[in-house]
Amino acid sequence: MLFKMSTITITIIDRNQETHQVECPTDMGLNLMEVCKSYELPVEGTCGGMALCASCQVYVESSHELTERSDDEQAMLDEAWYVEDNSRLGCQIKLGLELDGLVVRLAPELVETNDW
Amino acid sequence: MIKTDVLIIGAGPVGLFTVFELGLLKLRSHLIDTLPQPGGQCAEIYPKKPIYDIPGYPEVLAGDLVDNLLKQIEPFKPGFTLGEAAVDIDEQEGGSFIVTTNKGTKHHAPVVVIAGGLGVFVPRKPPIQDLARFEDRGIAYIIKNPEEYRGKDVVISGGGDSALDWSIYLADNGAKSVSLVHRSQSFRAHPDSVQTAINYAEQGKIRLLTDAEIKRIAGNGVLNSVEVFHKSGERESLQTDAWLPLFGLTPKLGPIANWGLEIDKNAIVVDNATDYSTNRPGIYAVGDVNTYPGKLKLILCGFHEAAIMAQSAFKRIYPDKKNVLKYTTVNGVNAF
Repeated sequence: MLFKMSTITITIIDRNQETHQVECPTDMGLNLMEVCKSYELPVEGTCGGMALCASCQVYVESSHELTERSDDEQAMLDEAWYVEDNSRLGCQIKLGLELDGLVVRLAPELVETNDW
Repeated sequence: MIKTDVLIIGAGPVGLFTVFELGLLKLRSHLIDTLPQPGGQCAEIYPKKPIYDIPGYPEVLAGDLVDNLLKQIEPFKPGFTLGEAAVDIDEQEGGSFIVTTNKGTKHHAPVVVIAGGLGVFVPRKPPIQDLARFEDRGIAYIIKNPEEYRGKDVVISGGGDSALDWSIYLADNGAKSVSLVHRSQSFRAHPDSVQTAINYAEQGKIRLLTDAEIKRIAGNGVLNSVEVFHKSGERESLQTDAWLPLFGLTPKLGPIANWGLEIDKNAIVVDNATDYSTNRPGIYAVGDVNTYPGKLKLILCGFHEAAIMAQSAFKRIYPDKKNVLKYTTVNGVNAF
């Protein structure tokens, strides 16, 4: 029972409009990017969670009150693509009990070549 | 031609520590990195951020870790080819390699170690239709020769240091007009640069378009206009000779992806049971660039991999020599 109490369920809609309901522990300091990766959803998390790459951008589709964007997150979103008012960086969303039932949609992936 | 025992591609923390482990075995190293300074991401992206999981350091700033590593490898006098990307690898008879950079610098070594982290840092390109068609025909992500923009109408996008610094520089140095387009009203840049840009906007030297974004471009062979979408819903077309989207850097595996190495999800597959060798004998991969079952992308794991790899490199270079693990506490560090 104790385990249940610290676990929340969130819904992640992937880029093929498929819906994934995933259970996340809230006592491990996980963020949304890490949860996506642990469920092998196609989120790169290139920078490792430092709000430096925007590869974990999501649109928040439920009405949960999230913590405000930090300056770093805001600055990254100011320079990212496909940004909407409800855009957030998954790596900056810490999963707590208050986010039970959260619904997010993955932002489009940048189709990039290996040109450099 | 630069000759060395071991050529290390990538001068991040793991590449630097590889020099140390090789040096203990009296192997000389040379490093290649696309960035202009050693240290990789630690130096380029987050020098002022603390790292807490380097053994023996309760807390260390990424930039300080790099400085300490450079000090640690000083006795082994590594060579550096900085600001150049390793592009081609040619295996020679006898199994050594010649690695050539994008600037044509050639390096010859019997062993190559890829410590390339996330890859090469390349400009982040906006996802706009026809972008590629105007690259070098009005669109540039890196300003190589600012004189090119003398007498020209220039539009710059971005909200970081390079967008602001180049806007100011080109306004001061002969551009006919400079417009800076940024998605928000705040800038992630040095406060002095932000203030200068605001002053220039008031003086009419720079046209500042905030809460705005360029989403369309047009031209006839060469770029001649960009379309600005304002947050308010308005759109305007700007006639321009150049558009410089300066949105920072993003890492890509880059040319090493074409070196015949086994790749899985943007990482090089290595044999972690033995020596972090790749599928090509004589080429190893250590640090974040490699992958194997249970891989952890941690600096400390890269250090470990470097130590193991160095023993294998020694055996490859000197198949007949015996090598015994010596402790630095007993032997000290014998400089070259």
